Amino acid sequence: MEIIFEGIKQALSLLISLDPEVMGITWLSLKVSGTATLISLFIGIGIGTAVALTSFPGRQIVVGLINTGMGLPPVVVGLFVTIFLWRNGPFGNLEILYTPMAIIIAQAIIATPIVMGITLAAMQQLPQKLRLQILALGATRFQMVWLLIKEAKLSLMAAIMAGFGGVISEVGASIMVGGNIKGYTRVLTTATVMETSKGNFDVAIALSVILLLFAFAINMVLTRVQQRERPR
Amino acid sequence: MTANEPSMPILQGENIQVQRGGKQILDVSSLKIVPGEVLSIIGPNGAGKTTLLQALSQLIRLGKGDIYFQGKKVGADMAPLDYRRCLSMVFQEALLFDTTVYANVASGLKIRGVKSSEILSIVNTRLEQFGIGHLRDRSAKTLSGGEAQRTSLARAFAIQPQLLFLDEPFAALDPPTRETLLEDLNRILRTSGTTAIMATHDQGEALRLSDRIAVMNEGRIVQIGSPAEIMNHPVDEFIATFVGVETIIEGRVIKCERGTATIAVHNNGKSPAAHAFPDSGAGSINSNPTALLETGAKGEEVPLLEAAGQVRPGERVFCCIRPEHVTISPGGRHDRSSARNAFPAIIDRITPAGPFHKVHLNGGFPIVAYVTVQSIEDLDLQAGATVTASFKATAVHMIRRG
Repeated sequence: MEIIFEGIKQALSLLISLDPEVMGITWLSLKVSGTATLISLFIGIGIGTAVALTSFPGRQIVVGLINTGMGLPPVVVGLFVTIFLWRNGPFGNLEILYTPMAIIIAQAIIATPIVMGITLAAMQQLPQKLRLQILALGATRFQMVWLLIKEAKLSLMAAIMAGFGGVISEVGASIMVGGNIKGYTRVLTTATVMETSKGNFDVAIALSVILLLFAFAINMVLTRVQQRERPR
Repeated sequence: MTANEPSMPILQGENIQVQRGGKQILDVSSLKIVPGEVLSIIGPNGAGKTTLLQALSQLIRLGKGDIYFQGKKVGADMAPLDYRRCLSMVFQEALLFDTTVYANVASGLKIRGVKSSEILSIVNTRLEQFGIGHLRDRSAKTLSGGEAQRTSLARAFAIQPQLLFLDEPFAALDPPTRETLLEDLNRILRTSGTTAIMATHDQGEALRLSDRIAVMNEGRIVQIGSPAEIMNHPVDEFIATFVGVETIIEGRVIKCERGTATIAVHNNGKSPAAHAFPDSGAGSINSNPTALLETGAKGEEVPLLEAAGQVRPGERVFCCIRPEHVTISPGGRHDRSSARNAFPAIIDRITPAGPFHKVHLNGGFPIVAYVTVQSIEDLDLQAGATVTASFKATAVHMIRRG
């Protein structure tokens, strides 16, 4: 037990003293996972909405693939992103393996199906006739899609939380494509793995606490927004 | 009623066809709606009522056919979006947005880019008109069914539609709520002169609101005409079965005292009783001769009937009488039962209907009676015979038309 208290004490002192290395790691984590989530929102909400609102041959299969993608193992994503970005790989000439950009790409690939799947479910839960009602109110197609997205906003908030929560806590892909390079691609999760393997439990706990605090804080903000939007 | 005036239709559908899954689900050769008219579309589930509304409002793609709005062909002389911006649609479910009542009623105006200052006054007017001003800032998700449907109607009216489509708007409401909302909608439709097309499976609603009724079956309009025409002269067995075999008499309330209304029957000019019985004299076979006939505007005699219910003088009503409540006595003799209404009538025809025979009578207006096979023989009833048809005032169910 003592080890945990020590860790928490250490974490607090690292936080209070604004330890530059910890701050750097934290900031990079936020930046990378935030950017990845943002990218996944555009692609996920876009494609999720399109799939929900249209019918085409093979739609069932697409929906099945999206739902499978929601549980995509980060290590598998890490593996394939590594292969693609490898020096001799298809995108090797970009030379972005072991850079924050590589982590962003891998995390965006992990978060996109999550956002897409939740968007798809949310849009399908809207009443079938709402689309017709919106058209009958004189909306253009663009206005209709926008109003539907607004109507599903509470569920879409959940999509943001799930997407961000999924990637900020993910370690497999980050360590594979980022390489845990100190001061460059080291994020909270990869740093925690490394400190633990070195036996530096106190630092590992400190990093974990920061990670938890972040996950909590961001979800609190989103939950508050969601609660405020909820009908009185 | 504008239905008979030769004015340009506000909406015209020609040869409208819709297919789904390789099956023809809508096939309407021609439909014209004149400005200010209220048309009801009735028919069983799956008859294509909803599809027709959605096709006419261009919410779904037509397989074939053309829609003309004020003479302009939609899609050729007029962009579909511009057409859609001339109309409103109210569905069975209120389909409100997850926001306040105010924002919901404002949504159609906002979509059209109307300035918020203008929206404010329009929306407030509509909220008051539909009696939901006090709900202005409430979240739409917390409304009762009736309140939600009022919001939906206010939203539809806010854009001042030139065409209003109503798809079973009252079907999900409980009877008292439906009653008051029906009353309000009727008033607002009539005062605003909005052209409306309503799909319903409830004949009562159709009778109350409409100038004309169209009956649909298997994707086609099988009959279209005034409510009295549809109810009393169904063109085929399907319609007769669907609308029921009630006798429906159109009339106007002359007076209403102590729960009994006297109604002047609107004579549709088909061999009036007074002319059919020139000698017997209609008065001699009625217990209350002075109440039977009244002189109409053109000097013709108008049959009067009595009905139990609270209505106001001057109101237009439909009087519905179920065939099992009509008794037939032979010749001009009237047995002075408690029946307040007794009319001399000629038997048009007799058709078998299960355990009964259905007797179609002409008493200046059509009446249908159920008679047992035994009675047919006992009374020696046959086509062309003169009888007295009577029914109690309480057997008359009045539908107010406002």
